[in-house]
Amino acid sequence: MTKAGSEPVLLDGGGNPLWLVLELTYRCPLQCPWCNNPLNFSEIEQELSTEEWKKVLRDARKLGSLQLGFSGGEPMLRQDLEELVEYANGLGFYTNLITSGMGLTKKRLIKLKEAGLKQIQLSVQHSDRAKNDAMVGAESFDQKMAACEEIKAQGFPVVLNVPISRYNIDAVGDMIKLAERTGIEFIEFANIQYYNWALLNRTELMPTKEQLEEAEAVVNAERERLGKAVTMYFVIPDYFDGRPKACMNGWGAIHLTIAPDGSALPCQEAQVIEGLEFPNVRDKPLDWIWHESPTFQKYRGDSWMKKPCIDCDEKEKDFGGCRCQAFLLTGDAENTDPACSKSPHFDVVLSAVEAARDRKGPGSPMVMRNRHALGNGYRNLAP
Amino acid sequence: MVQNAPFNLQDIPEINPVYMMQYEESQSAWVLLYPEGIIKLNDAAANILKLCTGDKNLEVIIAELKEMFNGADLEDDVYSFMEMALDKSWIRTRPS
Ligand SMILES: C[S@@+](CC[C@H](N)C(=O)[O-])C[C@H]1O[C@@H](n2cnc3c(N)ncnc32)[C@H](O)[C@@H]1O
Ligand code: SF4
Ligand code: SF4
Repeated sequence: MTKAGSEPVLLDGGGNPLWLVLELTYRCPLQCPWCNNPLNFSEIEQELSTEEWKKVLRDARKLGSLQLGFSGGEPMLRQDLEELVEYANGLGFYTNLITSGMGLTKKRLIKLKEAGLKQIQLSVQHSDRAKNDAMVGAESFDQKMAACEEIKAQGFPVVLNVPISRYNIDAVGDMIKLAERTGIEFIEFANIQYYNWALLNRTELMPTKEQLEEAEAVVNAERERLGKAVTMYFVIPDYFDGRPKACMNGWGAIHLTIAPDGSALPCQEAQVIEGLEFPNVRDKPLDWIWHESPTFQKYRGDSWMKKPCIDCDEKEKDFGGCRCQAFLLTGDAENTDPACSKSPHFDVVLSAVEAARDRKGPGSPMVMRNRHALGNGYRNLAP
Repeated sequence: MVQNAPFNLQDIPEINPVYMMQYEESQSAWVLLYPEGIIKLNDAAANILKLCTGDKNLEVIIAELKEMFNGADLEDDVYSFMEMALDKSWIRTRPS
């Protein structure tokens, strides 16, 4: 027997898609104006059937997938969710549900528990009912809180996901107290990633540096106070950091997303990159898609990189950042992510930060996704 | 007997119910799955955790490991592993 005290290693993918996300549908009862789902999403139909999803699950498991997220849109809108969870659980996945809480009734929770669901990530946007509802464009706070209580009653571990913008950054402390009160174990303050709706509304959404630093101080004090009771994730966003995020741990490295229509994506946002063709599980074997398809190979490793990344000693750490962000902000996905201060396009990010601070630029005022959305009162919410 | 250990020989450890341990073919190893990640276990860790079934105390576990490994002197290793596993919340314990 080797020494038992030796640290077990953290798993690197070894080339396998360890993390699988199934976007069961793009449909959603909420209208978050920062949603990273495609802009034309209500038009997308053609969702995979139950049997097609089951095949994806089997094939991904064969490729070594272990962690599984059921997401969307709102996955609760799929009536076969329980069946898919049960199937995935039987295959040996660690099953997570990523939900807004809408439609998460006691009855369905009990079934999900029986089906073997392991964890639930619940998105909540504000600790204040009126603000939460205005932000997501629909009355939902009470449903989310009821879902939260019921989730805890069924004994699921919970990650509270709070996408952070100027509109809720002052509520960071209150959100932590909400987690403490309801017995939530993890709270993730998610930096809004500026793709799709969020990019459109970037000027209105992006908090200032001062707000971020204040929020960070609150989080640090709460970490001190609560210790292991609530684990908090909070990082200063790439726009303010001078370095990009290690997006997806690299393209085609450990992460695989399947969109509602069966398109296989190296990350949930990848469809924003024009000119890439995404292989579909309806036409091609998943094994081929992951290992051999041109799209998954395209930015794998570092041979595709340009300067400055190719000569940079940090490329193992951040993989040159996010391809989608490079494409959206510089027009070429092979460029260094402009969130990096070494990028020749870094000024694009600096001026976005400035525009947001002064709230001058496209996307101000907020573009709502539906004229009738509650959030047309956004101006009144502005801090 | 190790002093200052966070638990004693009579305590019954079990894998934290939010964790899931299984043998993973594609990694040729036992893995521990949990909400935010995956841990690949080395053989030693896997051998200990497999015995953390929630129905036997640490004394029994150590005795079983000793039997498996021809009476090897492994108490200290097991204790330090259990301490780490408890600290990382891989396991929880209750008194017997
Ligand atoms: C797209 S939603 C789909 C699942 C479900 N509708 C929900 O809201 O949880 C998945 C997660 O992404 C988060 N999210 C949405 N838009 C985002 C963005 N632009 N940047 C970062 N996270 C975002 C949501 O808060 C949610 O936790
Ligand atoms: S982030 Fe909001 S709009 Fe987007 S899928 Fe989730 S609840 Fe729906
Ligand atoms: S130059 Fe490229 S690899 Fe180097 S830190 Fe910037 S993004 Fe990362």
